[in-house]
Amino acid sequence: MKEKKSFLERPSVQAILAALLCIILGLLIGYIVLLMINPAGAGNGIVSIIKNHLNYPTKPAQMKYLGNTLVKTAPLLMCALSINFCYKTGLFNIGAAGQYVVGAGACLYAALKLGLPWPVCLLITIIVGGLWGFAVGVLKAYGNVNEVISGIMLNWIGLYLVNMILATVKESTSPYTKQIASTNKGALLPSAGLASMFSNNKYVTIAIPLSIVIAIVIWIVLNKTKFGYEIRATGFNKEAARYAGMNEKRNIILTLVIGGALAGLGAAFLYLSGYEQWSVTQSSVPSMGFNGIAATFLGGLNPIGTIFSSYFIQHITSGGSYLDKSIYPSQIADLITSIIIYLCGFVLFFKLTLTGALNKRRDRAGKSGR
Amino acid sequence: MVLLVQYTLIFASVLTLVALGGCFSEHSGVINLGLEGVMVMGALGGALFMRAMGGSSHILIVIGVLLVSALTGMVYTVLLGVACINFKADQTLVGTALNIMATAVATVIVKALNMSANPDNVSATVEYGKAKKALVRRIGTFQLNWFMLVAVIAVIIAFIVLYKTKFGLRLMACGENPQAADSVGINVYKMRWAGVLISGALGGIGGVVYITAAVREWKFETGVAGFGFLALAVMIFGAWKPFNIALAALLFGFFRALSNVYSGFDWLAALNIPSAVYNMFPYIISLLVLAFTSKNSRAPKAEGIPYDKGTR
Repeated sequence: MKEKKSFLERPSVQAILAALLCIILGLLIGYIVLLMINPAGAGNGIVSIIKNHLNYPTKPAQMKYLGNTLVKTAPLLMCALSINFCYKTGLFNIGAAGQYVVGAGACLYAALKLGLPWPVCLLITIIVGGLWGFAVGVLKAYGNVNEVISGIMLNWIGLYLVNMILATVKESTSPYTKQIASTNKGALLPSAGLASMFSNNKYVTIAIPLSIVIAIVIWIVLNKTKFGYEIRATGFNKEAARYAGMNEKRNIILTLVIGGALAGLGAAFLYLSGYEQWSVTQSSVPSMGFNGIAATFLGGLNPIGTIFSSYFIQHITSGGSYLDKSIYPSQIADLITSIIIYLCGFVLFFKLTLTGALNKRRDRAGKSGR
Repeated sequence: MVLLVQYTLIFASVLTLVALGGCFSEHSGVINLGLEGVMVMGALGGALFMRAMGGSSHILIVIGVLLVSALTGMVYTVLLGVACINFKADQTLVGTALNIMATAVATVIVKALNMSANPDNVSATVEYGKAKKALVRRIGTFQLNWFMLVAVIAVIIAFIVLYKTKFGLRLMACGENPQAADSVGINVYKMRWAGVLISGALGGIGGVVYITAAVREWKFETGVAGFGFLALAVMIFGAWKPFNIALAALLFGFFRALSNVYSGFDWLAALNIPSAVYNMFPYIISLLVLAFTSKNSRAPKAEGIPYDKGTR
């Protein structure tokens, strides 16, 4: 007999409920922090974070700034997909942050120093990002090195390396790399008419739809292909997967290469839009890769869910800049994001409790019905 | 040369303290990947204390800084304990969350304090140069930092506690085989809490030592530059044993110190290697060391697995 599952027992419903709970609690704690700093503006503060681009009064301005949020959502989604994909093999790819950094270095070097057109820049970025993931994979598969620790080490090595290499293409009067628009127009990602939809925001490019397509492809690979099945089997039980004849070492390395390529590509999606320039004096790893962790887990470790959670995380991160800066530090948004990641740790417990409560209720109902 | 020795010793002290913290936590069965964040919080507590107590007597400052930073570290690890011991959360995820959260929390707190003191000061910097004088004692050109002694004492105490006391042996049993430990009446949850809190105290002290090692003020937006993870590498290289950890810390500390003082050596400066290369050294070395030592490493068997009484 096939047991019918109630609405609340469906995994997707539980995942969405858990995500919403994390978001609400995260925002609530953020609100309390605002209250503690200065009670007078706390209400307005949290509302302006949640409103983000809607803080602007006119429709065209709103669309323009929505465009800016989306420009930064694309790289975040790519980092989140990288972490998501690797997590399915049981690997915590915190090195996504560093793969993102070398991706930025590769695409900017290819665009500014080598003067290559954008498709070639993307290709180079994929290769370099993949190589950075490959290093973590080989260390894990053949050296049994914890991927979190090697990932963090490679993040810092990548940062210093990229700062050093990009110093050759920086503006002479500032620590920032040259503008792609004035140096090599051909390296800018094409907009394909998307800019006009967002009040001529020229940074809105094909990167945004492309990242969504990639998310769907990743979902298909994970759920509908033999390779995806092997990856998930390795993640469930490494020994069993090996016993079933799967090449677990090859799968670990391949997953991290793909993860690295995804995160690297994310950086190209941002830097080849011309939205941001790289500062060669930055002394900390960009937070994009770490926010990707939040997006991954908030999205219930599902590539489709990750599309929405990435938007949300970027929405509040961008929203943080609308806080009244004379009273509140804008890092409150980072704080909310980190609280959400922390709360995601409790999701498993939440699901178990919910399922347990539902089972109990059904048992009781079954007894009284007899 | 004296400077190189001094910096090597102080950075080795940081790594030793934090790695010992990781060691206690892992021996109890919990992987504390949040040590980086714990360091930031300990540094925050210590730095704010030093800023407030700048003019006090030296002995008061040294002891106060130790206590305050250890306490903030411990309080912060409560978040790890609750999630990973009581709610059986994924230890990697929670540790990562703690790292990201610590930088955000520290930045928000410092900025809020700075802004309330002076509305024009929106920086996340804490200045503690005056109190820092209390932490060091000059012997010729060598600056003896009291925390170097603290690190040495910590190594000895850690060794005695882990291998010579009932508590330490029980703690290690919980990381090797918690089911067996439970069956002979050891409270696994309590032991793991002890391990996590000790790691918080040591990590917190390590954090304040790190920020006072070379500078007079700290910008809390930058965190502690992966030092918590270097300490974990030191711990693995040191095979989870206190004395080996101290030796491993000296090696890593040496390479970290090089980046601070290489310009003082004529022949090194003459090589004209960019400073970024020196900055990369500790991380590259740790990757190499891990690649060659992790294969046969003997980590506590049950680390990373939440303990569930029901699986006994």
